[in-house]
Amino acid sequence: MKDEDLRDLNLPNYEIPPELTGQLAITTLDRIYNFGRRSSLWPMMFGLACCAIEMICAQAGRYDMARFGMEVMRPSPRQSDVMIVAGTVTKKMVPAIIRLYNQMPEPKYVVAMGACASGGGPFKEGYNVVAGIDKFLPVDVYIPGCPPTPQALIHGMILLQQKIDRQSIKHVRWYDGKKEDAVAVPVPYLGPDLIDPRRIPEIKAKAAELAAQEQQIAPQQA
Amino acid sequence: MTTPAPAETLDLAARFPGAVSADTRPGYTGWIVTPEKLLEFAQFVRDELGYDYLVNLCAVDYLPENRMEVVYNVFKTTGGPGLTFKTWAPRTDPIEIPSVISIWPGADFQEREAWDLYGVKFIGHPDLRRILMWEGFEGHPMRKDWQEAFYDEDVKPFKRRWPDGKHVYAEKRAVYGDNINFKPGFDPEKWTPTDPEEALYKSLKKYKSETTDGIETDHIIVNMGPQHPSTHGVFRAVVVLDGETVVSLKPVMGYLHRNHEKIGERNTWLQNMPYTDRLDYFNSMTNNWGYALAVEKLMGIPVAERAEYIRVIMAELSRIQNHLILIGMLLNDLGAYFTPALYAFEERELILDVFEAVSGSRMMCNYFRFGGVVRDIDEDSLRKIKDLVFDRLPRKIEEFDRLLTENEIIVSRLKGVAPLTAEEAIAYSMAGPMLRASGVPYDIRRADPYGIYDRFDFDVAVRYNGDMYDRYLIRVDEMHQSIRILQQAVKSIPEGPIASQKPSYTTKVPPGESYGRVEGPKGELGFYLVSTGKPNPWRYHVRTPSFVNLTALEKMCIGTKIADFVAILGAVDIVLGELDR
Ligand code: SF4
Repeated sequence: MKDEDLRDLNLPNYEIPPELTGQLAITTLDRIYNFGRRSSLWPMMFGLACCAIEMICAQAGRYDMARFGMEVMRPSPRQSDVMIVAGTVTKKMVPAIIRLYNQMPEPKYVVAMGACASGGGPFKEGYNVVAGIDKFLPVDVYIPGCPPTPQALIHGMILLQQKIDRQSIKHVRWYDGKKEDAVAVPVPYLGPDLIDPRRIPEIKAKAAELAAQEQQIAPQQA
Repeated sequence: MTTPAPAETLDLAARFPGAVSADTRPGYTGWIVTPEKLLEFAQFVRDELGYDYLVNLCAVDYLPENRMEVVYNVFKTTGGPGLTFKTWAPRTDPIEIPSVISIWPGADFQEREAWDLYGVKFIGHPDLRRILMWEGFEGHPMRKDWQEAFYDEDVKPFKRRWPDGKHVYAEKRAVYGDNINFKPGFDPEKWTPTDPEEALYKSLKKYKSETTDGIETDHIIVNMGPQHPSTHGVFRAVVVLDGETVVSLKPVMGYLHRNHEKIGERNTWLQNMPYTDRLDYFNSMTNNWGYALAVEKLMGIPVAERAEYIRVIMAELSRIQNHLILIGMLLNDLGAYFTPALYAFEERELILDVFEAVSGSRMMCNYFRFGGVVRDIDEDSLRKIKDLVFDRLPRKIEEFDRLLTENEIIVSRLKGVAPLTAEEAIAYSMAGPMLRASGVPYDIRRADPYGIYDRFDFDVAVRYNGDMYDRYLIRVDEMHQSIRILQQAVKSIPEGPIASQKPSYTTKVPPGESYGRVEGPKGELGFYLVSTGKPNPWRYHVRTPSFVNLTALEKMCIGTKIADFVAILGAVDIVLGELDR
């Protein structure tokens, strides 16, 4: 390890005997844990639309995300740390996305890349479009743009690193046995339209209300 | 076959009395055929008149007249202008039209799309399932009386938002507080799910193999996608395998169906321009051109001379970067993980720099306007382009050629794999490099010239084996030809204005229809537009090469190994933005 790296890590500022400098660092558990995680973020190889092309550009020679330890794209969710939702989320696709998310092991993060993933973007009004992935998944970083440039993506990923830096083993959800279920998002399914299992009672009530209204109108017309 | 008379002078109405009449609505051309005689007419048009190439098929909903029309654009693969004909049925369910799949197999997906989005039942179609939406979805969303959950008004600009700029979240106004809609009284708990996949699996031919030596062999079904590293996006293919050999295959799409056409029909004419960027997001310049061309045809306006040259320059640069990426990604699919692709991206960045300098955006250029382009190219960019086309790109294409073309692995993986004959390619309405690799020298830049391509000296690249190797080679050939065009264009670009019209937000488009087609890097990109004279298009249909070229995917893949399927798909050169729209 280079001296500078150690200096960065050695925050509690304990005196290290001169003969051991360069070989020893005294640090907190949180810091070393986060240092490891943030320096090897493995995104899932998963592109939805136009934004994915800029994601590939960010990986390629000119922008080279590898400099920040974010280049190991994994085709399997089991090996990924971060899901970059790069593109328009459609109703037809969203069950697959949620399933992929549920298959990712903790700790996991979600980055919404571009206007579409953040809130529907130019296609928000479309009948097959989910207006933002945050309707289903907890998003850690939003990156604006249509498409965000590779620099913007890298900036977003650095923000994610900063977020990771601030986490503490004591509070993270994945070591808390009780919260186990909190991380599995119920998978929506395709009926006459997209059905979010969490909203079934609400949908039912509203549909019944609409039916009642219709009934009221019908006799009046007759 | 005798030399047919040109369609304009040909009186098809006299040939089919009572069944065919000329389309005399102002601004329309072609013929109207009754559904009963449609097949006979189509057969005649193909066999006697030589229009062997069905390019576009789409439905148009004329709600006020209560008619659902289906439009066919056919061309001759020997070149020349096309023929348009239409048939229609009253807008009461079921809307039934005979399927032309027996005459032009390339109608397959396009008819399925019209069924999915418009509910036109094509009688005789062997596999009429939804294609973009899922089986079980409520309604046919492109119909004019179908409203989405975030429906605001029929057309933009929405008065509620303009001119005082008040914005209310669509979520706040939608009945269910989100982009979803259910019938009154719908009960998600009592609702029995119909398996959206059932029809799909039924449509796969499940051949049962024989029992040999007492061992019964069965086939397995493999789902590739929608999240799969080799499907170039959210494309899915369901493959039936016998060992490693593909015996049946169905592409499943729609995972990126973002309702381009529905939104396009609410937009104003100009508002659609940036949306076209997002069709084939590698080539926003060519997409812009296709749309601009179709609207210019409708408006009958000229294009500024300098802008014509700029358009050619941008479109050909776009083609080169598209083909470079295609070759890089194809090598990826063959297992040369990312090295060639990285080289390709290096060159692409240089071309994107030019795009960014002239248009302000790397990918979503939104650069063309009706009658010209939006900004001029400055001296600096022109110098950059000159450097690229006279020095760097020819060298780099040469380098790619040297590195890859004779490579042993490439030759053995590509040569003789998944061939498509010229007849098949035409029948399946293949377009662009896929068609030309099969020995059909059909290039719209020559066959049905647009812009100023007739002024340039270049050859239509053509290869004759129709296999994967030729599909690779043709891309290299085309890059060489693009360089030739570019060199002539940058030398002869004149000074002058860059637009024939004053910049304006509103566009006056006279009523009528038009079909504008350009030779995109992936194949024919066509826009079928209907105007009613209003500030918004009545019909906005995009005929995309990625979508239609996949019609032959099953044909190409049967009998090959599953590992080859990945490469075959790669060589078709699909991009999901325009495949699913
Ligand atoms: S934000 Fe823009 S570039 Fe990104 S997927 Fe959406 S439309 Fe495409």
